[in-house]
Amino acid sequence: MKFGVLILEGPYQHESSDSAYHFTKAALEKGHEVLRVFFYQDGVINSTKLMEPQADDRHIQRQWSELQEKYDLDYVVCVAAAKRRGINDDVIGPGFKIGGLGMLTEVAIEADRVVQFGA
Amino acid sequence: MGEEEKGEKLMIVFRKAPYGTIYSFEGLENVLIMGAYDQDISVLFIDDGIYAIKAGMETEAVGIKNFSPTFRAIEAYDIEKLYIDKDSLEKRGLSIDDLVIQPKVIDAEQVESLMEEQKNFFMF
Repeated sequence: MKFGVLILEGPYQHESSDSAYHFTKAALEKGHEVLRVFFYQDGVINSTKLMEPQADDRHIQRQWSELQEKYDLDYVVCVAAAKRRGINDDVIGPGFKIGGLGMLTEVAIEADRVVQFGA
Repeated sequence: MGEEEKGEKLMIVFRKAPYGTIYSFEGLENVLIMGAYDQDISVLFIDDGIYAIKAGMETEAVGIKNFSPTFRAIEAYDIEKLYIDKDSLEKRGLSIDDLVIQPKVIDAEQVESLMEEQKNFFMF
């Protein structure tokens, strides 16, 4: 199946980001396609490399970046939501890119299912 | 509508009250962008989401822009399939006349069948 993934919540405060990560990873391991992961609303904060969790905790941005590298995934961080929250090209981690909200519509058209995490 | 079928069936659902959180405002931004893609778009207001289109919001005291009137722009974006859940209105003591736009009032069964038709959803 062709999936799109939409994340609306920020890291650590809310489990949505972790759930989205585990879903994306599991879908790929099962041989499904993930056309795009779209970070919207507070979800854009998952992309910042400025996060520094304690050493015994997961590093949410790095987890996402490593998964992107392994599967060559398409990660889009919504520009309007990012600007509001101080996220820009200087702070996003490897594998993320800033893009327009229209790229969420595109994946809703192309994917068999958009799976939303948060809200 | 008698027009040619256009695009995929996509639905945006407003479920949360405005201003307390940003869900509905950024949900509205999503609707306005989607309108440019020439798809078969439906918008549903349900639960506290109906407050997003309540007329007469006075938001000055909380220092947040009143964005409810912006919902009127939806029709200008060629999105004509606007729905509101009957039960949600009644439970909150509101009527269609209390709103800035006039979506079609539908009951729970109609909500269900409408949702069954859709390809993808966004919930805000």
